[in-house]
Parts: sequence; C-alpha cells; structure tokens
Amino acid sequence: MSQTQSVIAPTALKTKLSVDRVSMVFERDGKQTDVLDDIDLEVGDGEFVCLLGPSGCGKTTLLNAMAGFLSPTSGEIRVDGEIVRKPDPRRIFVFQERGVFPWLTVEGNIGFGLSKLPRAEREKRIAHYVKMVGLQGFEKTYPQELSGGMKQRLEVARALAVNPDMLLLDEPFGALDSITRLIMRGELLRIWEAERKTIIFVTHDIDEAVQLADRVVVMSARPATIQQIVNIDVPHPRDISSQRYLQLRDGIFQQIGLAHKL
Amino acid sequence: MRDDNAARMNLRLLLRPLAFIAVLLLLWEIGIRRQSSHLLPGPWGTVEGIVDLVRHGLLLKYIVASLFRVTWGFTLAAALAIPLGLAVGWYRRAEMALNPILQILRPISPLAWIPIAILWFGVGDLAAIFLIFVGCFFPLMLTAINAVRSIPAVYVNAGRNFGLGTPSLVYRVLYPAVVPNLIVGLRITLGIAWLVVVAAEMIAVSSGLGFLIVDARNAGNRYDLVVAGMLIIGVIGLLLDLGMQSLEKVKSFRWGYSED
Repeated sequence: MSQTQSVIAPTALKTKLSVDRVSMVFERDGKQTDVLDDIDLEVGDGEFVCLLGPSGCGKTTLLNAMAGFLSPTSGEIRVDGEIVRKPDPRRIFVFQERGVFPWLTVEGNIGFGLSKLPRAEREKRIAHYVKMVGLQGFEKTYPQELSGGMKQRLEVARALAVNPDMLLLDEPFGALDSITRLIMRGELLRIWEAERKTIIFVTHDIDEAVQLADRVVVMSARPATIQQIVNIDVPHPRDISSQRYLQLRDGIFQQIGLAHKL
Repeated sequence: MRDDNAARMNLRLLLRPLAFIAVLLLLWEIGIRRQSSHLLPGPWGTVEGIVDLVRHGLLLKYIVASLFRVTWGFTLAAALAIPLGLAVGWYRRAEMALNPILQILRPISPLAWIPIAILWFGVGDLAAIFLIFVGCFFPLMLTAINAVRSIPAVYVNAGRNFGLGTPSLVYRVLYPAVVPNLIVGLRITLGIAWLVVVAAEMIAVSSGLGFLIVDARNAGNRYDLVVAGMLIIGVIGLLLDLGMQSLEKVKSFRWGYSED
C-alpha cells in the first residue's frame, strides 16, 4: 500500500493507547454479528487520531471498548500499558450534545466530576473551563436553554474539567449545523493545542477527519477492519485549499471507493 | 410593562372560567326554580348546606379527616413503592420476575379490597388508609419501574465514566433522571387517592367527606349536604392537583416536560 501506511504511533511520541488484535462479536437473538475484526492500532501521547468510516461500521463500538464500556470478544486494549476493563475518569467519552445532564446547570455539569475537590479549587476550575469554552454569563443556565453548539461545548468542558489524559469523542459535532460545526472544529483544535490531550475522534466526515487529525484511520464497512492509516502532514492552522490537503483528502475519498464528484 | 401584561394575561385566564362557572350556576338556579320536583338542590340550597356544615363545625373536621387518611395512605405507598420500583427497574431480572404479578394486581379496583381491609383492620381509619395505600401502591411502583427503564444510557455511562460507584450513581444520576417522571406519577396517583378516600369513607369509617355524603342521605335525605360534599371534594381535588403540578415548574425538573 502507500507509504503513509503505519500502524505504529510516530516514534517521537510515547505510546498512550494500544489496541492489540481486538475483535468484537455481538450476539442478538442467537445470531452472531462480527463488528470488529482483528484491529491493531497504536496512538501516541498527545496525538489527535480520527477513526473514519461509514455509518454503522463499528467505529463507535471500538471507541466504546477504548472507554471501557464494552469488553472486546478477543484481543486487548491497553492505556499506559494497563488493560482497559472499565470506564475511568482519565479517559472521558464525549457523546453528542445529549450527554450533558439536563438537571444540572452549566456550572453543575462542569463540576460534576469534581465533587472530591475542595470547594474553592472546584469553583476555580469551573470558572476556568466556563471561560475556555466561552460560556461566561451562562453559569446558572440549564442545558435546555442552550443551543446545540453550546451544549456540545459544555460537554467538552465537563470532560476537560477532570483533567483526563484522553478524550474519546463520538461524532461530537454530528448534530450541529455546518457553520457551528466548523467553529467547533476550530475550538477543539485550540483546546487540544492548549491542553495536549490524546484525542480519539470518531467521524464519518472525510473533510472533518483531514482537517483535524494527525492521523486518519480509515475503517472498512462491517466487520470493521483498518483499511489504511493516513498521516496528515499539514501543519496547523491548516490551509484547506492547499495542494497537499486536497491530495490527502482525495486519496481517502478514493480509498473509501468514492469518486470525488457528484 | 411586561409584568403588567403578564398580570393582565393571568387575570384574563382566571376570569374566563370563573365567568363560565357563574353562567352555569345561574342556569342551574333557574332550572331548579322552574320545576318543583326535587331532582337536585339548587346552588343557593347548596350554599346553605355548606353554611350549615360550617356552623356545626363539621366541614373543617371532615376535610381534615379525609386529608389525614389520604396523606398517610399516599405517603406510605410512595415511601415503599418508589424505592422498590426503582430497584426493580434497575435490576432487569427482578422486573421480569415481578412484572406478571404486578400486572394481575394492578387492574383490581382498590374498592375490591374493602372486605379484606375490614377483615384485617376492622372498621376505622386503618382500613381506609390501607385502601388508599393499595390504590396508590401499584401505579406508583409501575411509574418508578418505567422511569428507571427509560433513563437514556448516555447518562448512566457518563456517570460511570466520571468514576461514580453505585451509591453515587443512584444519588447523582439515577434519582435526578427519574424525578420528572415520578412527579407525573405522583400527581396522577394523588388523584386516585382522593377518589379512593371518598369511597372508603362511605363504608369503613364515620367521618370524612365520603361519610358526609352517605350520612346526609341516610339521615333524612339532605341532598343539599350531598351536593355540598361533592363540590368540596371537587375543589380540594383541584387544589391538590395544582399543588403537585407546581412541582413540574421547578427548574431542575422542568427539562423532563419540554418537547425539546
């Protein structure tokens, strides 16, 4: 395959997450469905990786397994060398905006994972992340009164507030309108550059993946296998009309089997 | 300005039904006066009945007696049925084991329990409270079971992701997530309790609004007191429902009722 193929994380980075021969079989009504087939992947510390694939291909299942919500049928997932067995505040899963708690205010949501901190420290952190995601003035507001984009930022802030090593984002901007989605991508990159978390980002949007990621993991339809891993060697902020960007994007379009024409 | 407008709106919302009630009362009075057979006492007769009750010190006494029974029966049912229902809803297997029994007990009218209530508790407050308890227990338990089962998995997963163990998960995710549904269930069930207390008092005790109605008929066909009792039951039922409804406006519960 192309020279961009590489399952191993860039050597400069310490390995944060390793997925080792992971397969997943779901059983429903006595029928077995293969969802993941022999996935191998390494992600470096502080790396931004997109899992890209068609809807229903199993990329969310893989993300759930990384978070510890599901256990693989075979194979292992390790974070910092430790096998993942259950959810852990060091890796926070960000759902689409519906993951915020509607019975808590903006403050309450951001402070949700901070209940063990002393009050002053907790309030300081809440204020910090309220500001980071631009929700000043909405501290006492309930999610019901926020827009989709604000709810999404709130959920990201709630995740960042517990200072996790990793963020696992499941199509976080999928439900937003296209303008808000573009703004949110910029915000996420800004936060990533400030905090240097390891980010695994699931999407079915090729442009989104190429705009955001260090590496794009292209997955096949179910049962999901890794088709190709593409290094996006375009520095941030990315010029999305540059030759290299378009070349990489079109390469992925072809890989997925889509002619880039309508 | 806006407050002013809102106040005017509220006044109009209040005036319309009041005006309609006044018209109905007028028609009622006219109807009664135009024919002399005693099908129903008129509004004036009813008012006189209420005054009569107040003068004998019975009105307040009977209202308190009825509310006392409802409070105990309803509270006991809620205190038992809600935790039990939440637990059963959480543990799938418990629900599968219990559901058939619940579905058989639920459609039995609480009134069908009257003989058993009297057998167990004799004629008195306890029997009436027991009947209210039975009438509230099953709907509340089913509400609680369904409330737990309809919690979106994302909330539970998010709670676990932030490192919550089972006790904090129950207290910080499960409980707030079910409150809006529970309030709806409590509101409906309080209505049931108020229906049942009247029936229970007709049979099992000698005080309360239900007793007032039966007693007024038995002791000399005082239909003015019967209708007075009915009206008071209706008004108190309305007030109870409004009280429960106001809970739905609490900000941290309100998300459960909107379309969005």
